Amino acid sequence: MAVITYREALRAAMREELKRDDKVVLMGEEVAQFNGAYKVTEGLLKEFGPKRVVDTPISEAGFIGLGIGASMLGIRPVMELMFWSFSYVAFDQIVNNAGNIRYMSGGLINCPIVIRGPANGGTNVGATHSHTPEAILASHPGIKVVCPATPYDAKGLLKAAIRDNDPVYVMENTILYNDKGEVPDEDYIVPLGVADVKREGADLTIVAHGRAVITSLKAAEVLEKEHGVSVEVVDLRSIRPLDEETILASVRKTHRALLVEENKPFCGVDAQVAYLIQSKAFDELDAPIHRVSSIDAPQIYCKRLEDQQLPDVNRVVREALKVLA
Amino acid sequence: MAKPAVLTHPESLKRPAGPSEYAKDPVNASMSKAEKIALYTKMARIRHFEQRCIRIYQQGKIGGFLHLYVGQEAVAAGTISLLGKHDHIITGYRDHGHGLMVGMGMNECMAELTGRVTGCSQGKGGSMHYFAPDKNYWGGHGIVGGQAPLGTGLAYAVKYMGLKGSCLAYMGDGAVNQGAVHEAYNLAALWDLPMIFVIENNGYSMGTSQERSTAHPGCLAKRAEGYGMAWDVINGHDVYEVRAKTAIALKRAHEESKPTVLEIFTYRYFGHSMADPDKTYRDKDEIKEYRDKKDPVLLFEQELLREKILTPELSQEINDAAMAEADKAAVFADESPDPTLADVTKHIYWEEDNRGPDTTSRGTIIFE
Ligand SMILES: Cc1ncc(C[n+]2csc(CCOP(=O)(O)OP(=O)(O)O)c2C)c(N)n1
Ligand SMILES: [Mg+2]
Repeated sequence: MAVITYREALRAAMREELKRDDKVVLMGEEVAQFNGAYKVTEGLLKEFGPKRVVDTPISEAGFIGLGIGASMLGIRPVMELMFWSFSYVAFDQIVNNAGNIRYMSGGLINCPIVIRGPANGGTNVGATHSHTPEAILASHPGIKVVCPATPYDAKGLLKAAIRDNDPVYVMENTILYNDKGEVPDEDYIVPLGVADVKREGADLTIVAHGRAVITSLKAAEVLEKEHGVSVEVVDLRSIRPLDEETILASVRKTHRALLVEENKPFCGVDAQVAYLIQSKAFDELDAPIHRVSSIDAPQIYCKRLEDQQLPDVNRVVREALKVLA
Repeated sequence: MAKPAVLTHPESLKRPAGPSEYAKDPVNASMSKAEKIALYTKMARIRHFEQRCIRIYQQGKIGGFLHLYVGQEAVAAGTISLLGKHDHIITGYRDHGHGLMVGMGMNECMAELTGRVTGCSQGKGGSMHYFAPDKNYWGGHGIVGGQAPLGTGLAYAVKYMGLKGSCLAYMGDGAVNQGAVHEAYNLAALWDLPMIFVIENNGYSMGTSQERSTAHPGCLAKRAEGYGMAWDVINGHDVYEVRAKTAIALKRAHEESKPTVLEIFTYRYFGHSMADPDKTYRDKDEIKEYRDKKDPVLLFEQELLREKILTPELSQEINDAAMAEADKAAVFADESPDPTLADVTKHIYWEEDNRGPDTTSRGTIIFE
């Protein structure tokens, strides 16, 4: 097992899949010659050439629509969005075309496309560049969404996404790109729709995804050291499909749940998770479910405040203690 | 932008309709008698299919939007009659004519309109969303202009796989103002894709005449120059002209892998959709003028009568057969069963429809 960064893990996933299947093509703004706006695709042009690693103009609706069309004929495009925030100018392609075409054709067509890129706040770039559209997109049947939190999951989920025959939208996080973790050298995938218990515990379940997992793990340490509480952290990894069983099993064990995400609260992923728990494990609960989300405002620029707008360790600890009270 | 002083219209459109100036064009002259009769038959089938739809719609058996192709038959017929194994097509919501041209059956097309499980999309797409990927027909798209990037992707895939083929993406005169169309133009030109954008200019986008929707330098196709693309204007009432000029674009796609924008002048006889009473934005006289003097099916019939390929009797036979076929399809569409409630949640994900130990998805994907 090698210890590599989240960025390198993503790159390794793409390199291995480019080697495995000559229908895989990487496309996006600055992915080739510039080596990627965030250097995720660094070196891949050199290794695979311009047919497989393609720079696009700044034309999200155009090139993502093109990728979807190509995928209908069996190409497996892996499209990079410089930021998921920019998906909004391609929304029709991403939702109407990729998400609906299988259904509207009565199952005659499928779109094996992957769209990936960072979807996070916390980088001091203001509201237009800080969207986290996983809940918006996952609310559309026909679309799959995954949010890896660690290098291992980043590689395994991206490889699964590329092999998956439906549109899979992979939401990464620029703040995690330099995080390191163990990643096996041999081929593996993380199937979509399988959550991961990142930390076992007995008193409280925290459900999180994306960087909120990392925040929650840190909060769990504090809760154990300073408050003597044993916290279990469930990492959803995949938003749609959703691993309901792992969430419910953990709640049945701890009888208390705190849901943490970097989305804004209204119709966030955790609104769905809260509903799931109350509808399928209501009798198991010893306390009401609490949520920690970003403060409900467009992302603020001011760094000092943006750090507080996002869920931080203090806020997670505070809210956990309320659930435990 | 002021109205351009000179409108770039096809030359043939400026003269009264008569014998086609394109009958002798090699792509037409080389057609056998049987091929010509088959082409006429296909146009007649589209006409009768659409007219039969009106009746079923009026009986309340078709829901939603129904956009008819009557008057525009020569566009789909002329262009699609030229296509080969690796040529693909994609269009907007006025998609019945293209479907029948690629060889979809009237039964599956009609049953889709009545929402039956025997429909081409099993009652899940409706009038605007026909698909037949086995016949290189990729829809049937409801969002104006949204199909242009998809079509460009089909052309990209054809080129990527090293095949000699193309994609024809059809759109209306209103669609040319969508950003997605311009993005598709740019990509097709930038990457030398074997792409043909076909603008079916029927003069109106819903109730907005072309003059009220579009700033243009004389015609819509000419915008191609801004992207360094070839373009042409075509009289869409003459199926021979459609074939002759499309063949040039197709050759450009196949031989040089270069895109073209074709603007085909045509006309729709009925309202934008059946929901349009068609009373506010154009004259009845205008419609009559087109019906009487420029009807593409009639003009082709006359052409073939002159060529002594068709006789009035044979023509009658063809039209009677098409009408009977449409009648039978209407019965089929009426009597077929609906999809079941269980069908509602099928065909959403490939991985769900094919779930097994090797598929990449687990967990809950359809929610309660
Ligand atoms: C994005 C979008 N905007 C508006 C509509 C509603 N709409 C459907 S067809 C149409 C007119 C389009 O006209 P044109 O492109 O000329 O095609 P035609 O109907 O004449 O074939 C409009 C406004 C739509 N379907 N999609
Ligand atoms: Mg129009």
